Amino acid sequence: MKCQKCEKPATFHITDLTVEPLLALHLCPDCAKQYLQPEQAALPAPTTSSVIDKQLKLEQTAEELKELDSKSCPVCGVTFFEFRQAGRLGCPHDYDYFQAELEPLLLNVHGNTKHVGKHPRRMPLEAEVTNAVIQERRELRDAVETEDYERASKIRDRIRTFETGARDGDRDFGDSGSRHAGGEDSGREEHTA
Amino acid sequence: MIIEDLTERIGEWLRGSGPESDIVMSSRIRLARNVADFPFIRRCSDIDRANLEATVRDSMKRHPRLAELDYVNVALLDPLDRQFLVERQLISRELSEAEGARSVAIEKEERLSVMINEEDHLRIQVMHSGFDLQSAWERINELDDQIESQVRYAYHQQFGYLTACPTNVGTGMRVSVLVHLPALVITQQIDKVFRSLQRINLVVRGLYGEGSQAMGDFYQVSNQITLGKTEEDLVRRVSEVVPVLINYERKAREYLINENQHDLFDQVSRAYGTLQNAQQISSEETMHLLSRVRMGVNLGLIGNVEIPTINKLFVHTQPAHLQKLTRSGTSNSQRNIERANYLQSHLRPRPDSSEHN
Repeated sequence: MKCQKCEKPATFHITDLTVEPLLALHLCPDCAKQYLQPEQAALPAPTTSSVIDKQLKLEQTAEELKELDSKSCPVCGVTFFEFRQAGRLGCPHDYDYFQAELEPLLLNVHGNTKHVGKHPRRMPLEAEVTNAVIQERRELRDAVETEDYERASKIRDRIRTFETGARDGDRDFGDSGSRHAGGEDSGREEHTA
Repeated sequence: MIIEDLTERIGEWLRGSGPESDIVMSSRIRLARNVADFPFIRRCSDIDRANLEATVRDSMKRHPRLAELDYVNVALLDPLDRQFLVERQLISRELSEAEGARSVAIEKEERLSVMINEEDHLRIQVMHSGFDLQSAWERINELDDQIESQVRYAYHQQFGYLTACPTNVGTGMRVSVLVHLPALVITQQIDKVFRSLQRINLVVRGLYGEGSQAMGDFYQVSNQITLGKTEEDLVRRVSEVVPVLINYERKAREYLINENQHDLFDQVSRAYGTLQNAQQISSEETMHLLSRVRMGVNLGLIGNVEIPTINKLFVHTQPAHLQKLTRSGTSNSQRNIERANYLQSHLRPRPDSSEHN
């Protein structure tokens, strides 16, 4: 059988189910390809970093972008440049700190900037408090890296006080209140053993 | 050890039951959640990761229902066991290949798993057999509430549940169905169908998620948008498109039967024959041929093999499963021989027995 669009042999027998009535076609490989992929075949979904990049280049001059890139979150220390490169944020506070930059991106990806779905049953913790704890965790890492164990121990105590309070406040299920082993943060081996 | 228990069983999602299960293999929903007082994973130090993993795990265990789950320390697993859990769809490739403290909590029936320290602190997933998104949503909503009673989530008045990647923020929810579309592949309609799904903001991926190949004509269809719609809305949006996909696939199957029944019967029979008689066979070829046979069984062209057997073989012939089941070596050529033997033992009719495999 010859191709319906040229003289070559028809090796593709296609039925187009997306039209009514159904259309039967007998085509050569080249014409079949053209028929099936008039535009480029479906591309994979764009990555976050590519969407961000495209958006920023539209809206910012190179100089503005350079300044924006060096902006760094006071809580976790992530820079806008790092976010742009990896497509991942550093902590919950980034959503406030980079809000002006994120909103156009959210609008682009989701067509919306406001959550309307489910929410936690308990009141969320104050952001100020949790941000402070995240900062403490950063300081703890620095203290351990510089082998300042006295400081590290003090920071650990403060984090523990917070964790116990957060856990035991506003609880729904009975618990003896005894300190659970996993809260000890003296090293990874202990937790993964 | 829980991994050894899993090896001999098959997951609930492979049962091959549930509504429309000839085309819809499984319905899955996942929620991304983060703990309010930790940085997101990328900014976590080793100490943070270890603390986070332990805190979440211990908190979950304080809930009587969540305490019943099996907790697997992924950081301590060897690569074979990690790959095994990926093939089983209980953990993601990202969690498998990550470094540092990380774990997964698994329900015995394998309908739900909770990954700790993936891209987000928690990735909660529920997977049901067949086209059954509504019950999957009810289950995961309940599970999310149970975890939330023990763990303080990062939640924002305007942006909802906060996630490491802004593409997941809001509901943090991905609703997906795993569909088997061999006839749309054979009739070369598949790209067209996918382009129209993309136009309505749905994403199509291969069997093992992001970036994976569409193996065995299995595709995952899921929502792209997570912010500005309610969870029920998102479930509805994916649910609405499934009957359309099913209809296209059925039309394509009907067409193949009416127009090319001999071609189709020939293809299906050859696939079955190869699987029954091959002496060595790769994972890719196995998936391809099993896909044809699965369609053949569903169309009544092959009578003496059951769908759950085929579903099981899709997973059991994957490299890590096969290696554990047959205790075969790690070389590809040896595995290809073991795979052929394994397929024969499940697909060849036994003259002295009438029972199905």
